[in-house]
Amino acid sequence: MADLIRGESLVRDEWTWIKLPEAAEPVRKAAGKVVMFKLTGEPAASDAVIDACEVPATGKVLIPLSVWLRRREDFASRVAVGEIGVWLDSHEEPADLADSLDGEVNRLPLIGVNFPKFIDGRGYSAGFILRNRYGYRNELRALGDVLRDQMFFFRRTGFDAYLLRADQKPERCIAALRDFSTPYQTSTDGNLPVFRRRIGQANPA
Amino acid sequence: MYRYDDYDRALVRERVAQYRDQLQRNLAGELSDDDFRPLRLQNGLYIQRHAPMLRIAIPYGMLSSIQLRKLADIARRYDRGYAHFTTRQNLQLNWPKLEDTADILAELATVEMHAIQTSGNCIRNITTDPFAGVAPDEVVDPRPYCEMLRQWSTFHPEFAFLPRKFKIAISGSLEDRAVTYAHDVGLQLYRDASGEVLARVIVGGGMGRTPILGSVIHEALPWRHLPTYLDAVLRVYNRHGRRDNAYKARIKILVKAIGADEFARQVEAEWQLERDGIATVTDEELAIARSAFSDPAAPPRPENDTEFEAKLAEDKGFARWVSRCVRGHKRAGYRAVTLSLKPHGVAPGDITSQQMDAVADLADRYSFGELRVTHEQNLVLADVALADLHALWIEARKHNLATPNIGLLTDMICCPGGDFCSLANAKSIPIAQAIQAEFDDLDYLHDIGELELNISGCMNSCGHHHVGHIGILGVDKAGSEWYQVSIGGAQGNTTALGDVIGPSFAASEVPGVIRTLIETYVEARTPEERFLDTVRRLGIAPFKSRVYGESARKAEVTHG
Repeated sequence: MADLIRGESLVRDEWTWIKLPEAAEPVRKAAGKVVMFKLTGEPAASDAVIDACEVPATGKVLIPLSVWLRRREDFASRVAVGEIGVWLDSHEEPADLADSLDGEVNRLPLIGVNFPKFIDGRGYSAGFILRNRYGYRNELRALGDVLRDQMFFFRRTGFDAYLLRADQKPERCIAALRDFSTPYQTSTDGNLPVFRRRIGQANPA
Repeated sequence: MYRYDDYDRALVRERVAQYRDQLQRNLAGELSDDDFRPLRLQNGLYIQRHAPMLRIAIPYGMLSSIQLRKLADIARRYDRGYAHFTTRQNLQLNWPKLEDTADILAELATVEMHAIQTSGNCIRNITTDPFAGVAPDEVVDPRPYCEMLRQWSTFHPEFAFLPRKFKIAISGSLEDRAVTYAHDVGLQLYRDASGEVLARVIVGGGMGRTPILGSVIHEALPWRHLPTYLDAVLRVYNRHGRRDNAYKARIKILVKAIGADEFARQVEAEWQLERDGIATVTDEELAIARSAFSDPAAPPRPENDTEFEAKLAEDKGFARWVSRCVRGHKRAGYRAVTLSLKPHGVAPGDITSQQMDAVADLADRYSFGELRVTHEQNLVLADVALADLHALWIEARKHNLATPNIGLLTDMICCPGGDFCSLANAKSIPIAQAIQAEFDDLDYLHDIGELELNISGCMNSCGHHHVGHIGILGVDKAGSEWYQVSIGGAQGNTTALGDVIGPSFAASEVPGVIRTLIETYVEARTPEERFLDTVRRLGIAPFKSRVYGESARKAEVTHG
């Protein structure tokens, strides 16, 4: 059972994460003798697969973007009571979600972003875009290969909840949110760039 | 040069602690090798053919004598008493022990150094002109902008795991000495009529398997927008760059696939999100960055020095060294000196701990305690008084640092190759040494004149073979090592990619092929032509027919 951290606390997860059935495509490897990293496939689920995706009729559910886009009328009443969250895979576009909500992303109480492998860094930009372009203010949850060594990056790009990979120790992950005291540049967290902080300070050469 | 304050010190200290923890978890079996690999790479640590290799960052190539002494000390205590300067102006240790790497990083932190982002799929060390701040043709000193962007790129939370590595170079002079057209992003700084600093933004250049010169996507970006604009460039790349094939994952492939105009349009749209926002650089910030790169307190000197002139006239060796290794300076009575790390018989870019200590002493005595690393893998003392040149030469010679071959054929760029690197298809250092041996006559070398010969042991092109006047690339054919030769490549304002002259050669044939190319040039050149100019005038045909004609004749003799 994966642990959920919200803010800086280990909490009970009241949401059910709904996934599409696994794509049957094998992972391809790069040609040549040097395989530098594993590849991330970008399977597009067929309409039949999306239609077949089972979503529990009650309770809070975090559903795939493709299911949301194709079947969103079915979920209208549940959106109204805050039972529907939507998650994006690493290659899926925040713009598609925002457009489907006429830009009102805050109608969703939860948006998830999946990191299929931690070296797939697309999700950090998705977080930044959701927070900064679309003004999303509710829970933004990192899903998938969520490891302690990236906690600092998740938080800085706008994530405030982290569904840890099963082997992770939650207390160590919480501590890792503070791996660095003062990052150099700004991001979603609105930190002042360090150069700005230096203004007016004595040059401590 | 830039000195750390409490912010920088805390960040580097915290990084050492983070890495130490990661290393310990890996050694204890808690962190798998697969999960550790990307983390250690972002700390410069490769697991190589014989041992780990640790690549230490030298931001935009600037070093203090204190730092160089520490590097000498580390190489002595944790390695075999030598190290290797790279084409990204960094330093590599070839034989450290994995268990020692956290301690090495802690030692580096004591002299304001680290190995952050020297490898891995992230923004790498930013490179620039090694003559920044002293070059007579400089329009804008690029170093404050390098430092600003170093801080912007260090642990940038959005761009820690890009599709592939990302290299930025910045130039601010009339002659581009930073190879800006062959980088993921090249920035050429210049001034408009009112003196405002602008950047020409070049995207999607690169060497590697698919060499491409970059495309200009912004002709005149005001300096204060550099971080936000680069955020937009990186965001478009991070979202849309290919991740399904490591060989097609660099930004150049994306730019080529959608076209530079479309890429520029997407960047422009993305940029609107942050434009004029919090990361826009203020005048005060730039002033702080610039204050770190003020000129040294160099006393004014006369334009000429009669003793120097006398030495020049009476000592041919000194004159030869001055002609190759000493460059003009923006201040009267000063010169910039290149110390050659390409003596014959030594792997290009290699330096012993003893030499590092000696260079640190020379920097203290003659150049205000600072030095620079060049992407051609040499060292520069940037502020030497004209009157001190002869004394410096005598000292440098004692330490084998005064080979008068800068810009000549034996001043080769060369990657570590198959002797050390696990990516390499072929060895490169023995090829470099065989060529050095073939051309060990200094008079002949000087007669050949300016010639850049670059060697890479594989398509990753760490040795910049695509932009060598002569480029040599190690290739693997059915398990044995072969070498492909190209000519006509160039860096600088007339950057060009070389053309392959034909089928590849066995290692033993390479020095002879180079000699044939040189002979062809010497016979065909006009008095003022460099090798490159002759190739450009005649094309590769005469070179090709001479090289292959001769080997064909040789084959006939052998088999006849």
